[in-house]
Amino acid sequence: MIRSELLQALAKDSPGLRAEEIERVVDVFFDEIAGRLADGGRVELRGFGAFSTRERDARKGRNPRTGESVDVPGKRVPYFKPGKEMRIRLNAE
Amino acid sequence: MRSVGTLTRADLAESINRRVGLSRADSLEMVEAILQHMSGALAEGENVKISGFGTFLLRDKAERIGRNPKTGVEVPITPRRVLTFRASQMLKDRISDGS
Repeated sequence: MIRSELLQALAKDSPGLRAEEIERVVDVFFDEIAGRLADGGRVELRGFGAFSTRERDARKGRNPRTGESVDVPGKRVPYFKPGKEMRIRLNAE
Repeated sequence: MRSVGTLTRADLAESINRRVGLSRADSLEMVEAILQHMSGALAEGENVKISGFGTFLLRDKAERIGRNPKTGVEVPITPRRVLTFRASQMLKDRISDGS
């Protein structure tokens, strides 16, 4: 499923909404999650999963082409842990 | 970085209400609908790709031998499907820049 298919599915559910409104809703949904993670917070969507961020330490990397050693700075990266219900659902058959 | 709390369904609905102008009830319904459509696709074995945000990727794990760390007894870990998330470059940049 890609974003446009999600928009179509939502449009089918919500005949009362205009396509532009649905698009705005989906944009806001993901923008708010991203914004909270950027602010250092967590996002918990029970049954689906939880988004958080993790610290990565600075490390010495190597340019694979030249073999030159470079400093890779520390950074924060996004992390997602699927919820319990989701894990069960993925394995139900 | 300031310390902020946990964002939930109710907060997402509140933002949709404020930023898009749907009623609170409709906003909450949309939050549920988005999650249900994504969960439904994943449950059917489909990856979900949201451009600008990231991809929810299913991976099938083969059976392997695990060990109960307390007793040391070997137990088979059954084959299973797991869900991972690969953030888009845009999301990674936004998080490492903290804005």
